[in-house]
Amino acid sequence: MTDLAIRTEGLVRRFGDFTAVDEVDLAIGRGEIYGFLGPNGAGKSTTVRMLCTLMAPTSGTATVAGFDVGSRPGDVRLRIGVALQEAALDPKQTGRELLRLQGLLYGLPKGAMAKRVDELGELIDLTDALDRPISTYSGGMKRRLDLVAALVHNPEILFLDEPTTGLDPVSRVSVWKEVRRLNDELGMTIFLTTQYLEEADELCGRVGIIDRGRLVAEGTPDDLKRSVGADIIIARVDGDAEALCPTIQALPAVQSVEAHGNELVIATDNGSAAISPIAVALNSCEVAVRDLTLRTPTLDDVFLELTGSHIEREDTNEETDR
Amino acid sequence: MTVADVVAPTDSATALRARPAGFVHDVAAIAGRALRGVPRDIEAVTPPIFIALFFFVVNVATLSKLTHSVGGGFDYKAFQMPTAILLGVTGVSRAPALVLDIQDGYLDRLLMTPIRRLAILLGHMVADVTVAMCLTVPILALGFALGVRFESGPLGVIAFVAVAALWSLAFSGFGYAIALKTGNPAAVNSSFLLFFPFLFLTSSYVPRSALSGWLDKVATVNPVTYLLEGLRSLVSEGWHWGDIGNALLAIAVLGAVSMSLCFAALRGRTKRG
Repeated sequence: MTDLAIRTEGLVRRFGDFTAVDEVDLAIGRGEIYGFLGPNGAGKSTTVRMLCTLMAPTSGTATVAGFDVGSRPGDVRLRIGVALQEAALDPKQTGRELLRLQGLLYGLPKGAMAKRVDELGELIDLTDALDRPISTYSGGMKRRLDLVAALVHNPEILFLDEPTTGLDPVSRVSVWKEVRRLNDELGMTIFLTTQYLEEADELCGRVGIIDRGRLVAEGTPDDLKRSVGADIIIARVDGDAEALCPTIQALPAVQSVEAHGNELVIATDNGSAAISPIAVALNSCEVAVRDLTLRTPTLDDVFLELTGSHIEREDTNEETDR
Repeated sequence: MTVADVVAPTDSATALRARPAGFVHDVAAIAGRALRGVPRDIEAVTPPIFIALFFFVVNVATLSKLTHSVGGGFDYKAFQMPTAILLGVTGVSRAPALVLDIQDGYLDRLLMTPIRRLAILLGHMVADVTVAMCLTVPILALGFALGVRFESGPLGVIAFVAVAALWSLAFSGFGYAIALKTGNPAAVNSSFLLFFPFLFLTSSYVPRSALSGWLDKVATVNPVTYLLEGLRSLVSEGWHWGDIGNALLAIAVLGAVSMSLCFAALRGRTKRG
């Protein structure tokens, strides 16, 4: 049995002329929590849909739990649990009916299933609501039901497509806690997509950054952040930030500098030592400095360096990620 | 209690191990769900029954006197009952519910389980056949109340219901094809309109012998003509195997077309993702 839970080679998905996923190579070990980080429309959900056998790749190969998604989809489906970006529920069924049907389709014995449905209901605090139609559930209740529906059959690999989008901060932390526990205590491999930087940072052992369908970087959050520099200094100026780059780059403490609009993003090994010379240099250029911030790098800085733009965070579900 | 507590097998590891449930089991599970949905979606089945009963009563009341001249013990009530049955059961399907499953993302959830794709469709169709059989009951009851008797006896009643249900199943393929192709509830609901040419360009309201010219030619190639003749033979003439065989053949031909479209649409949807 391979040690890889998920492997893709040259995975491509096109919709007409639009390439949603472009030559993505992944190698995710068993027991990992792997985060797929990128803005809306980057190709995260399309990748998940291919790995979950919902969509055929245009080209390339993908194996999940050791089985090819194209030629052995049934074997893949037996071993995965999936919570898609939008809760995939039937509003006219009750929660209990939905979980029971889910169990039936995975061949679980009826006796064991009744107990399991009760346990799952208790877990998500829906015991009293399990016999009510799902249409009467709140958004948070639906999200929780959707998550446990993915767990009915003890999957080896759990796919979570933006699991906390639309959740309040408390519910978000609760999901993080349970994801970590599933991974720690059961060794479940978890592939999660997110546009939340702190989610990827907090939860994931490794992160793949995807932009416009291409995997632009991959590594542990710390490694990725270190690749930008030990410290980041952000200078917001009035006027053309681009023109200041040569002056700042010439300073000995500066590793790299990039201009994005009216912002200068300066990477340095020692921020506290570099910030004064930078302030002096900016002053000598006779530009108005609105603010000067020193902080450690974030995954957004990594994304900014690689793609030239920030990851946009949107708490709405209005835009569907392709 | 945590997710890990619940996910960890409590009784035995094998008790909760996922395995393919089997094709028949899958079909039964989907059919069970679809049937549970019928009472919650009762507005989908009451209009066809109301329409069927309404036209049965109105047609008998307005047209039966015109057929008195036919003679030979011609019973217009018995003649009209198959037409009413077809009005009641044609187009009744869970295809609109399938559209909602597509829109709610629930079809995706089903497609990510080990269920065979065909079982999803067949499960819905098994439910449709059951519903169609149930829908014949009030129409038959009205017919019996109006004095209609089956020359083919009680077994003929069962055969009559079975043929009507098979027709309903064959026609439902169009609804599912539209549902899977478009994912649009309005388009699915309008699929019943496809039945109108079938229903009116045939011997629905007058005996075949009364049709002439182009209408007679169209009726000759209309499968509903043979379906009605088969059903009417069970009511008025007894076991005429030739008529019954033609009715089944007509259902088979229409079913082959509709199911081909339906399964092609299913393949297309699962391929598109």
